[in-house]
Amino acid sequence: MRAKVGRTIGGNIAVFFVLSLFGAFFLLPVVFTVVTAFKPLNEIFIFPPRLYVVRPTLANFAWLNVMMLDFWVPLSRYIFNTVFITIAGSVLHILIASMAAYPMAKHPFPGRTVLNRIIVLALLFVPAVIYIPQYVILAASKMINTYLAMILPALQSSLGLYLMMNFMKDIPDDILEAAKIDGAREIRIFFSVVMPNVKPAWLTLLIFSFQSLWVYNGGSFIYNEELKTLPAVMATISAGGAIRTGVTAAAALLLMIPPVLLFVSSQSRIIETMKTSGLK
Amino acid sequence: MKRISNSTGEQVSVWKRIVYYRDSYMLIAPFMLLFALLTVIPIVAAIGLSFTSFNMLEMPRFIGWQNYQRMFLDDPIFFKVVKNTLIFALVTGPLGYIMSFLFAWLINETGRLMRTILTVIFYMPVLAGNIYFVWAFLLSADSNGIINGWLMQMGFIQEPIGWLIDQNLMLPSLMVVQLWMSLGTGFLAFIAGFQSMDNKLFEAGAIDGIKNRWQELWYITLPSMSNQLLFSAVMQISASFGASAIIITLVGFPTSQYNADTIVTYIMDIGTTRFEMGYACTLAVFLFTLMLLANFVFTNMLRRFQAD
Repeated sequence: MRAKVGRTIGGNIAVFFVLSLFGAFFLLPVVFTVVTAFKPLNEIFIFPPRLYVVRPTLANFAWLNVMMLDFWVPLSRYIFNTVFITIAGSVLHILIASMAAYPMAKHPFPGRTVLNRIIVLALLFVPAVIYIPQYVILAASKMINTYLAMILPALQSSLGLYLMMNFMKDIPDDILEAAKIDGAREIRIFFSVVMPNVKPAWLTLLIFSFQSLWVYNGGSFIYNEELKTLPAVMATISAGGAIRTGVTAAAALLLMIPPVLLFVSSQSRIIETMKTSGLK
Repeated sequence: MKRISNSTGEQVSVWKRIVYYRDSYMLIAPFMLLFALLTVIPIVAAIGLSFTSFNMLEMPRFIGWQNYQRMFLDDPIFFKVVKNTLIFALVTGPLGYIMSFLFAWLINETGRLMRTILTVIFYMPVLAGNIYFVWAFLLSADSNGIINGWLMQMGFIQEPIGWLIDQNLMLPSLMVVQLWMSLGTGFLAFIAGFQSMDNKLFEAGAIDGIKNRWQELWYITLPSMSNQLLFSAVMQISASFGASAIIITLVGFPTSQYNADTIVTYIMDIGTTRFEMGYACTLAVFLFTLMLLANFVFTNMLRRFQAD
């Protein structure tokens, strides 16, 4: 049990008060989205605006469905694109980032220090800033307008490698040595010893990768409508303006369910991984 | 894994060590090749292209320092977006950072179940992806905007305020939204940091005369979280200098008279709209330098703080 020194009741009330106040601020837009998604049109344009709904309706979801039928590309196609790049991107990211993290954490091979520096430095960079040279490279390799243009940049996220690397440093060297003495090669050790030991970190890489791919719209690498993703649909719907408020909220609500569920179900393991995230 | 060396230590040739670690290189190869192709080479290429005139259609043409001259001497918009970026980053960066730490601390003061629930609530803005667009409805300029509606009903204001339209309010409104989204990866690292604190330290502190939670935070927790402090700072710098999606979604692209544009959105404007790729890369190089500088300044501040 944690030693709690000098916790006064007044202090606890203050903590509770501050957390409630800011909790409301952080939750307000989310509550607004959920409530609006179930509001009939006449309640959306009521003054003063309300944060609750009197007669909840599924009309917005029905409208969403009707609007989709008018799309030139069927909705199922957008759903497939988003689900496909998210799953393929996340799984491959976890695999290759873990493969790289193992030697980076455990083997003093020549060049490791330099690579480590570069990875840490790369944590700073915003992808939006290097999209021009990235475009040139992807175009030269004929990958513009393909799934690869969306998936490949996500695979090499330095954050994923960094977190996995730090987590793997805590694997006891003994079990690696034991496998080595048994004559196993590094690739076998990686799959049979290392990977089963870092399951919490898989989930962490999964959630970060999932979050970014799930809302990725292809940026400037995709302009073929058949390859566009759900966020592009969202943009089309919300471009309809205030009259589409309810429908937009309904779509946003549906879109946020998967990442939220994923995080809620894996929270404790994510926190466990983040315990090792410190930068030395 | 033992380092191979003979009695003279460093004398084993690098080549032999590389051969010895060949499996390690095979394992890192897929990631590192992609990383080289899509991060390292683009950064180096951006530096190279910053000295060229390049429109994507023809080959880049070397023009020396002309882009840099243009940036520093002939581009009034550049100074505007740099000013916006600095104001935006200097407010949302430190504030978001302090908020991440403070809320992680306060959440840690609650019980186990509350901690789990509150972490989800405070992380929700980042978790829910592109939900920030609903601020367009909350801050809408007419009386149907939620914030305006409430303020008018309570009698604070008579006329609706153009939170995202008024030239003087756009940037502050965007900062509020950015702060709302600032409890991200760094925040999770702090939550984890508080949970992994060694209880013995607190017990020892109590014996040494720690009286309340503030002293505990200042004398025990802060000094032992320096690694998390550094990691979160990197995340925060990257987020506050890199903000672009919320600006484009909430006030437009480019914003009217560039009044709320940052260097990142200006790079997109120059590159995507005007196809002046060389100049866009020059701006990108400037932004890299700025971010590295911010990181350097912060690291030194933290070191000095720890030395005290």
